[in-house]
Amino acid sequence: MSVIERTRPVQKAAVREPRVTDEHGRRIRVWELALRYTLLLAVLAITVGPFLWQLSTSLKGPTEDIYSSPPTFLPEHPTLHNYKRVADTIPVWDYAFNSLKVASANVVTNCAGSALAGYALARLRYRGRRVATLVFILAMLVPVEGIIIAQFTTMRELGLNNTLIGVVLPGCIGAMNVLLMRNAFLNLPYEIEEAAYVDGANVWQRFLRIALPSVKGTIAVVAIFAFMGAWDDFLWPLIVLSDPSKFTLTIGLNYLHGTFANDERLVAAGTVIAVAPLIALFACLQRYFFRGVGEGAVKG
Amino acid sequence: MALSTVSRVRRQLPISPWLFAAPGLLITGAFILYPFGSTLANAFTDRRTLIPGHFVGFANFRELWHDDMFWTGLRNSTLYILGVVPALVVLPLLLALLVQKNIPGITFFRSAFYTPVVASIVVVGLIWVWLLDERGLVNSLLETIGVGRIGFLSDQWLLLLSAMAVTVWKGLGYYMIIYLAALANVPRELHEAASVDGAGAVRRFFTVTVPAVRSTMVLVGALSSVAAFKVFSEVYLMAGPSGGPAGEDTTLVMLVQRTGTGLTGRVGYASALSVVVFVVTVALMLLVLRADRKEDA
Repeated sequence: MSVIERTRPVQKAAVREPRVTDEHGRRIRVWELALRYTLLLAVLAITVGPFLWQLSTSLKGPTEDIYSSPPTFLPEHPTLHNYKRVADTIPVWDYAFNSLKVASANVVTNCAGSALAGYALARLRYRGRRVATLVFILAMLVPVEGIIIAQFTTMRELGLNNTLIGVVLPGCIGAMNVLLMRNAFLNLPYEIEEAAYVDGANVWQRFLRIALPSVKGTIAVVAIFAFMGAWDDFLWPLIVLSDPSKFTLTIGLNYLHGTFANDERLVAAGTVIAVAPLIALFACLQRYFFRGVGEGAVKG
Repeated sequence: MALSTVSRVRRQLPISPWLFAAPGLLITGAFILYPFGSTLANAFTDRRTLIPGHFVGFANFRELWHDDMFWTGLRNSTLYILGVVPALVVLPLLLALLVQKNIPGITFFRSAFYTPVVASIVVVGLIWVWLLDERGLVNSLLETIGVGRIGFLSDQWLLLLSAMAVTVWKGLGYYMIIYLAALANVPRELHEAASVDGAGAVRRFFTVTVPAVRSTMVLVGALSSVAAFKVFSEVYLMAGPSGGPAGEDTTLVMLVQRTGTGLTGRVGYASALSVVVFVVTVALMLLVLRADRKEDA
C-alpha cells in the first residue's frame, strides 16, 4: 500500500547538462521546479514550523522576551532550565514512564491477540467463524466516544478505574487490528501450510513457524499504531484516571496547562518531552507508518 | 517459549480455534459490545455513577430536547463537519499532487508533512494554544505586518474556527498519504491523452484526476465527517473543559464527558446523549455510502 516504497527509478536523461526529470523521464521545466519548491517550503513552514517554535520557546531563558513583536525565532541563550522546571513542577518522568508502560503493554497485547484471532478467522475451519468475524466487524464500527461512559462504569465494576491496567484494557486487542491480521493471513498461499500439515505440524507449529514469520510487515504496522495510539490517547485516560500519581503524559500535560497556563516556557518544555519520542520513532520507521495508513483506510 | 509446551498438551484438541480467538473475542465483548449494549440500556434509566438507577422511559430524551446545552453541542459538532470536511477532502489532494512527482528531496517533504499526524492531539492543541495566544506568534506576526492582534481564543466563533483549523492541520498528512496511494493507480495514459488534446494542468485536474480519485474522495469525506462529528480534544484543550465563553463552544462528546464522569456523573443522561452520537454517526456513514452509490449509477 505504501506509495513511498513504490517510487519508480528516475531515468537518467541522456543529455550533458544535469536536468531534473519526473518519474516518466520527462524534463521538468525550471520555473515549474521553482514553483514546486516554493510551495513545498511554504507547506513545510506551516506543518513543521509550529513544532520548531515550541522547541524554541522551551529553550528560551526567563530573562528573554518570548512575546516580542516582531518575534525572535531563535533563543539568544539556549538553556535547558525549563526542562528542569517541568520536572520540579509535575513528576514528568513518572508520567513518561506511565505512558511507556501503557504503550508497551498495548503493543504486546495487540500484536499477540490480533495475530492469534486473525489466524483463527483466516485459516482455521470451525463452526462459528463467520459469527466471530462479524463480532469484530461490528466492534470496529462502534464509535468509541459513544460508549466511553459505559466503559468507565464497566471499569468501576471491575475495580480497575484509576489504574494503568484500566487504561490499557479496552483497546488492548483492537478489532481493526484483528481484521488487518486476518487479511494478511488470507493473502498467504495456503499450500505451504498444507505441506506442513501433511508433515505432521500441528496448529501452533504452523502458526508460529510458518504463518507468523510471513506477516511480519503487518505485525510491525499493528505494533506501531498500537504504540502511537496509546501514547497519544487523551479522552479515555482523562476519564479513567483521577489520581495525579497515575497520570500518563497527555493527561499530565493537560494538568500542567490547566494549572500553569501562563507559563508558556514550562508548557512548551512539557510538550517537547511528550512529542520527541514519537517523532524519533517516526523518523526511524516511516515506511510502516505510511503502510498503516494505506491498510487501515482501504481495508478498514 | 511457553507456547511449545502448551502446544504439546493441546495438540489434538478441537477447541484450539476458539483458544486462538478467545482473547480477542473476550476483550471485544467485555469492553466494546457490552458497553455498547449497556449504553443503550442506561439511556432509559436515571442511573448515576454511584446509584444503580431505575427505568424512566424516554425521560432522558425528553429532557435532552429541552436542554439548551444539548442543542449547542449538536450545533457545534455539526458545524465542525461543515467546516472541516470540505477542507480535508480538497487540501490533502492538492498536497498529494504537490508531493507526487519524484523531485530531489521529496521523501523528506512527504515525511515532514506527516509529522502533525504522529504528534498527540494534546501536544498539537497546546502548541496552537500558544501560537494563537493574544501575545503568541501568530499575533506577533499579524502586528508586525500591521493587521493588529486578534483574539482567536476569546471569541466564541473564532475559537471554534481555530479548533477546526487545528483539526485540518493535524489531518492533512494522513489524508495526503491516502490520496497518494490513489493517485499512483491513475493510468498515466489518461494524462497524456488529455495533454495531447491540449488540456492544461487545471483542466486535467478536473477531467482526469478528480474522476479517477472520486471514490477516494468519498472515503476521505466519510472518515473525516465521522471523526469531525465526534470532536473532543481540540475544543477541550483550546476552549477549556467548560467549553469557552459561557460554554458556547461545547461539542456533543464534551457534553457526554462532562455529564457522565466523576462521582456525581449522570450516567443515564450521558448515555442518552451517547445514543444521539451513535445515531448521527451511523446516519453519516449511510449518507456518504449512498451518495457514492448514486454517483456510480
